[in-house]
Amino acid sequence: MGLLDKQFTDDNIIVTKVEDLLNWARLSSLWQMGFGLACCAIEMMATSASHYDFDRFGVIPRPSPRQSDVIIVSGTVTLKMALRVKRLYEQMPDPKYVISMGSCSNCGGPYWEHGYHVLKGVDRVIPVDVYVPGCPPRPEALLEGLLKLQEKIRNESLVNKKSA
Amino acid sequence: MKTPEEIFEALKNKFGEAVINLATDQPVDPYIEVAPLEVDKVCKFLFEEEGFEFNSLLNLSGVDDANGEKVKDENDNDIIKGGTLSVFYHLESTIHRHKIVLKVSTDRENPEVSSVEDIWRTADWHEREAYDMFGIKFLNHHNLIRILMPYDWEAGYPLRKDYQNPEFYKGMKVPY
Repeated sequence: MGLLDKQFTDDNIIVTKVEDLLNWARLSSLWQMGFGLACCAIEMMATSASHYDFDRFGVIPRPSPRQSDVIIVSGTVTLKMALRVKRLYEQMPDPKYVISMGSCSNCGGPYWEHGYHVLKGVDRVIPVDVYVPGCPPRPEALLEGLLKLQEKIRNESLVNKKSA
Repeated sequence: MKTPEEIFEALKNKFGEAVINLATDQPVDPYIEVAPLEVDKVCKFLFEEEGFEFNSLLNLSGVDDANGEKVKDENDNDIIKGGTLSVFYHLESTIHRHKIVLKVSTDRENPEVSSVEDIWRTADWHEREAYDMFGIKFLNHHNLIRILMPYDWEAGYPLRKDYQNPEFYKGMKVPY
């Protein structure tokens, strides 16, 4: 994208657009809400651990929704939990992003027909930016989902917030 | 170590009518059928009496026998009238290394069973679960509220065979 292309040629002067600068800053430190729901959360934790190292993309789990930029809904969203997920999402400051991880939170997964207690997709309560398929998705898949989200943020515009 | 037959004999002598029969012809562990409102006294005896000392409740679970009459309600849904709901108790003595299963059957329209939570603390949450899923009321339970479903769930008891899931819960669509 060329934000830092001229870092060393022009005496520490960088020429860029405000939009690019903001987007670059935003996408490079997506603080994730420290929050997991089911077996997908184990894969999410594995992604954060040293082997896959989420931190190299600037993803750090935060213990409070008020310090978070992205919520990774990792697991089965029950009807009881859906109200809590919605409240946590509402407590996050703008700009905020949602990654729906795994079949359960995408569409209800194996509970789609007889799951009397399961919400059939977290997009029924909060707006989702990226869906990561899998049951559960491997860490590589979650990383790919994050890269997709970064791509989306990179193309955001100040005028039109989520134009990507 | 006591066999199911010995346990049944002892219970029959002590409680008479409240102990109904011993089933050994099933493809499962032999179980003793007990009257629903006497099961707390029977359990107290099994817990305390020397030679029995069932100090562990391995499991307590509800069952919908679905043996009532199948009828249609006003919306043409199949519902079950009459019949029974059952509760199974799996007991073990870690002192004598013996096990026994108790079964109580109660009326589906007004399911009431005596609570055993003051004998085994384990029974507290297990009875709440049986209440949550089947609507079985455990008399003298100190805190009989739903444990898994939301506290304000009004659509009924999900593991009953004639349960109908609601269309919406708090504005969220429930069916796929």
